[in-house]
Amino acid sequence: MQTPSNLRKPPKRAEAISTAPLLTFDATTRHYGDVIAVSAVSCEIAEGSFVALVGASGSGKSTLLKMVNTLEAPSAGRVLFTGDDVTNQPPAQLRRRIGYVFQGIGLFPHMSVAENIAIGPRLAGESLTAGRIGELLEQVEMEADMAARMPDELSGGQRQRVGVARALAIEPELLLMDEPFGALDPITRDALGETVRDLHDRLGLTTIMVTHDMAEALLLADRVIVMDAGAIVADCSPHDLLAGQGGEIAQGLVAVPRQQAEKLAAMERE
Amino acid sequence: MSDFAEILFGLGDKLTAHIVLAASAIGLGIAVALPLAVWASRSRTVAKVALGFASLVQTIPALALLALFFPILLSLRAVFGEGLPTLGFLPALLALALYALLPILRNAVTAQANLDPGVLEAADGVGMTGWQKLRLVEAPLSAPFIMAGIRTASVWTIGAATLSTTIGQPSLGDPIFAGLQTQNWTLVLAGCLASAALALIVDALLGLIERGLATRQRWQWIAGLIAVALGIIGALTYQSGGDDEDTIIIASKQFSEQYILAQLIGSQLEAAGFVVEYRDGLGSAVVHNAVASSAIDISVDYTGTIWTNNLKRTDNPGREEMYQIIKTWEAEENGVRVLGRLGFENAYAFAMREDRAAQLGLTSLDDLVTVAPQLTVGGDPEFFERPEWIAVREAYGMRFGETRNFSPTFMYNALTSGEADVISAYTSDGRIAADKLVVLEDPREALPSYDAMLMISPRRANDAELIAALQPLIGAINVEQMREANFAVDREGEGKLSPKRAAAQLAEEIGLN
Repeated sequence: MQTPSNLRKPPKRAEAISTAPLLTFDATTRHYGDVIAVSAVSCEIAEGSFVALVGASGSGKSTLLKMVNTLEAPSAGRVLFTGDDVTNQPPAQLRRRIGYVFQGIGLFPHMSVAENIAIGPRLAGESLTAGRIGELLEQVEMEADMAARMPDELSGGQRQRVGVARALAIEPELLLMDEPFGALDPITRDALGETVRDLHDRLGLTTIMVTHDMAEALLLADRVIVMDAGAIVADCSPHDLLAGQGGEIAQGLVAVPRQQAEKLAAMERE
Repeated sequence: MSDFAEILFGLGDKLTAHIVLAASAIGLGIAVALPLAVWASRSRTVAKVALGFASLVQTIPALALLALFFPILLSLRAVFGEGLPTLGFLPALLALALYALLPILRNAVTAQANLDPGVLEAADGVGMTGWQKLRLVEAPLSAPFIMAGIRTASVWTIGAATLSTTIGQPSLGDPIFAGLQTQNWTLVLAGCLASAALALIVDALLGLIERGLATRQRWQWIAGLIAVALGIIGALTYQSGGDDEDTIIIASKQFSEQYILAQLIGSQLEAAGFVVEYRDGLGSAVVHNAVASSAIDISVDYTGTIWTNNLKRTDNPGREEMYQIIKTWEAEENGVRVLGRLGFENAYAFAMREDRAAQLGLTSLDDLVTVAPQLTVGGDPEFFERPEWIAVREAYGMRFGETRNFSPTFMYNALTSGEADVISAYTSDGRIAADKLVVLEDPREALPSYDAMLMISPRRANDAELIAALQPLIGAINVEQMREANFAVDREGEGKLSPKRAAAQLAEEIGLN
């Protein structure tokens, strides 16, 4: 694990970007019967930003994310992507513009790694060259000759790397990640987080990542949105959060990795 | 054993008919089950209703399901016209397809329900449309399970298809039913062996396809598929032409006398230049309707059967008048021509072993009444539901200690072995003489007469040539001659004849040739 000291500097890119947001939540609400999962959330995501959505289980962060690519439909309010209501376009068309990586990974078990990566372009009627597939594998730090493997021949970390490559293959305008590293061991998790952050910078992506792990959010994102009971309770940079801003719930989440780091540092001194 | 091989190789046309029927039924079952499974995977209500219906169908005995399609198709003639076949291939196809539905549907629905939710979420996430998701993800991942369902359905269907004999569809059931009735075990064995071998081969080939799909070995499932396709194409090519308009179709019910008479009629017509075809082993209830609807051209039926089953009468006006009433009724109601009586009766009668009757001092049903409570009576499966039984009970106040059902063949054995004291025998049965049985008299005339009649379908009722060829059979066969022919077929060991041979002997006996 990295310690808070080599924390990323506040975003360089965000200020430089045009004023129109890539994504807008406009009083977006989702309830299941009487249970409210997301309660009138409004916020804007600028192009090029890396946003972490953090919160405890049931805070509504995943539901909010899934309303972007319409895996969930809002009960009220809107989600605007490049200025258009997402529910006004055919779901398949919308989703082919948005990369989606999630905890379940969901590689198609009957398709090779290459076929899995090429599925998005294939759906749009295009085919990827072997060279392009090799390039995508390299981007997620895998050997090009893995292309012929079947998913069940890969380790968990390798599978999720292929999952990321699959999402990148469509050259997404937006990358959604729902607990992408949740099922991986800490070392794999850390390495893959670094890979994704590097790709974000290198390819100029806009990324929203849902995680319940505040340390991960602080280390990777340049904007952290904290949710609780379906509402946003904090929205600031990692730097400001570590400086004590964002309120009680956010600070409660920040306290956990901070205390762990302090204890570890104290043990090292002994 | 050479006899056995000869029979086995003679089953070629039954085998091809069996393959074509079973393949069509499974094909239809797949064609209905798969879209239904897709729909069911999108709607919980549809899944419940479809699986419930398929399970319900499965609880109906196959034999009953096959027979049920006769009245259903008959009533559908009001919609589709008189051309709709009510016997043979169509009802067999529909019943077997319904039967094949459940395993295919259940496996397809279960496979869909058990798909990894992560994979389905990914399919949506990458932007698949519903159709793409079905084609690229759900179908290939469910295929091995669906194939397992098709495999189960195929083995069931190949087995159940033997029962389609009872509704006039040729199949490997023909030798089984004919053999069971005439106690020709070689015939039974040949039919069972052919049907079992077919089921095993199909199971192995479909298993190959299933494993090929599961392990994604393309050559394996394609090879299996090609083998299955070749088998079906081969059967279709071998099955030449189909029914000719001019073919005379002769029915027989499920007992020896009927097989013999069908052969007798057939050879008589062939001698006159007609082309004939046999529908052997039909259900008793099916035969009359089949003749009335011209699905069958010729049958032999009995006055007492028509009297109670079709005229719904329980009185007994006497032998001659009963015949005249039936003849008029058939002509007016159904357009069926009752050409005449063959000369013998095959009535129900109570029979006992000679020594047992002597020991108890019985000669008539009147005598039987007092000792009946200590005795066991055996009857064929329908006897105790028939009006004859009710009539005897009412006329004599007859009460037996125990009643037991036997198949007609085993009923006589039960009498010899002492499992039954009295049986409801048939008067033309050869075993009455052979087993030295005593037929108890019926002084109160509770049991109606059962004159054998030659019935001609409305389609052929005015075919002068046909009538002329059949005329020599009228009044030609007495009960002793019929008993002898029946016994030749029913007996064991030396002197046992096939129905065809017995018919030839009977023809000679009555001076036809």
